[in-house]
Amino acid sequence: MPQGIITFLDLAIGGLLLGGIYALLAMGLSLQYGVARVFNVSHGEFIMLGAFGTFTLYTVFGINPLVCLAIVGPLTFIIGFLLHKTMFTRLRLLAPNADVYAANSMLATFGLMFIIQNIALLAWGANYRAYNYLNFGVDLWGAIFTANRLVILGFAIAIGVAFYIFLARSRIGKAIRASAQDPTTAGLMGVNINLLLAICFGLGAVMAGLAGTLMSMRIPLTPTMGLNYTIIAIIVIVLGGLGSIPGSFIGGFILGIIGTIVTYLEPSLSLAAYYFIFMLLLLIKPTGIFGK
Amino acid sequence: MDITRFTSKKFLIPAIISLVILIAMVTLPVYGSLYMVILITAILMFVILTVSWTLFSGPTGYMSLASAAFFGIGVYASAILLPTTGGKLPLLVVVVIGGLVSSILAFGVGALTLRLRGIYFAVFTFGLVELIKQVLLWWENSVTGTRGRYVMLVENDVIFYTMLAIFMLLMLTFFFLRRSKYGLAMQSIGENEEAAAHRGINVTMVKVITFAISAFFMGATGAIIATRWTYIDPYIAFYILYSFLPVMMAIFGGIGQIYGPVIGAAIFAYLEEVLLTKFPYYYMLIFGVVLVAAILYMPNGIVGLVPRLVRRLRKGGSAKQHAST
Repeated sequence: MPQGIITFLDLAIGGLLLGGIYALLAMGLSLQYGVARVFNVSHGEFIMLGAFGTFTLYTVFGINPLVCLAIVGPLTFIIGFLLHKTMFTRLRLLAPNADVYAANSMLATFGLMFIIQNIALLAWGANYRAYNYLNFGVDLWGAIFTANRLVILGFAIAIGVAFYIFLARSRIGKAIRASAQDPTTAGLMGVNINLLLAICFGLGAVMAGLAGTLMSMRIPLTPTMGLNYTIIAIIVIVLGGLGSIPGSFIGGFILGIIGTIVTYLEPSLSLAAYYFIFMLLLLIKPTGIFGK
Repeated sequence: MDITRFTSKKFLIPAIISLVILIAMVTLPVYGSLYMVILITAILMFVILTVSWTLFSGPTGYMSLASAAFFGIGVYASAILLPTTGGKLPLLVVVVIGGLVSSILAFGVGALTLRLRGIYFAVFTFGLVELIKQVLLWWENSVTGTRGRYVMLVENDVIFYTMLAIFMLLMLTFFFLRRSKYGLAMQSIGENEEAAAHRGINVTMVKVITFAISAFFMGATGAIIATRWTYIDPYIAFYILYSFLPVMMAIFGGIGQIYGPVIGAAIFAYLEEVLLTKFPYYYMLIFGVVLVAAILYMPNGIVGLVPRLVRRLRKGGSAKQHAST
């Protein structure tokens, strides 16, 4: 097979892979911001928790990282749910209007970021950690990929689609979408708004946690890795349109592919390229690709 | 101008307090230890960043996260113009240049982006910091081939007095801007931008100019503190915390009053310094807990606590219990 096609395949699958992770991250943040109205700066910390949780479960207890998905998911949900039930509900009830709530909750998540990051630093230390799982080559039409990359891609798409179907079809999903449009009216229609917002925040944390579990199979982990992923998630949800779940899903893939191409051409400029696209987009179409 | 305005009790008491604090500050290097001078310099830096953030974001309600960009540009201006050997420009000129460059950037960015509302403006300014940082990193890695720069060493007292001068200039600007027609225009933009525009206020102009003024002070601060740090690189100069800390400190102190951000920044910066030396491993953790607690229990800042406290005291009864929270 000619080299050009192999390079293309390499970039395409690499981009999809990165995009799958970004899509999960962004769907979680989109739910937290779009419905629960919390601009969660500590979103990346849940990724880090998911990744380190998996690392510990795998290296200490020998639990398969894919099984860890079933452990990390509920755990991150409980953490997110309780955080919203205690902290953000109080802030929401205290705030005189939506703008004050937006600012205060963002600052609170900033504090949360410090807390989670530093607890992780105390627990796991500042060194890079990594483990080996499914680390062998698979030949795909001439381009070689490690098996774990393909597994990550498969699971990221499966989780993303499952999550979307959950929002689109289930009763809770319907209530979530109703609250996203108009929380007051949704409350009048019998939706328990405090419970629902806490569920949304919890689900956002789950998406981050699962993304962390998947990512831990491939990249070295450090307690300070979270903020970069928060920033990427923010870029993606702006790209896809704030609050739009399908927008976040597709936006994640778009950013992943762009990122892979730029990394291929000029590795040290990939982050700069993200920001450039992001700022250009904000100037031209601030509502994003799928924005209303 | 009516002279009685300046002799009334409402004006006189804060004026006297400010004067006393000012004298204590100016004479600090005479009686204070070297540690004191360095500590107060660090605190002043945060106070300046916080007050200049409040200058723009307080009345207009646009939450800027670009502070680190303006600050970092000042730092870099200083590093480029004041190398360890062969620097020709006097310090004061460099500080002014640092401020002006930041100011020009703010003018351009403001003209482009100040039509973005709410969270969009916040994330845009946040992206600006990271974009500049990444481009600089790339530039240093692949064009110049060096990472970071060394800055000329300057005496601690000189740094302190320069910082103090910037602080005083900022407070005067803040004070007179707020009392001017211009300040009222900003206030009305914050309350209702469309109504302000209909009233004949050049909304864009007012916003952009204030944004540029606030950036000037951030840049100047960056330029002078760089001489204290002596080594800088993009990670140090454009550290994203310098965007978040001023917001936190201002809210911690209370945005409604002039002295709110000053008090908030002074307490927070002092706390940071003390925690950093006493508990180097736990300080960020404690910092986070304090931040969350402050937002949960003092949504109007420390300044907002005072009227509540006074009210409780007048009523008697539960005053003690309140003071402990």
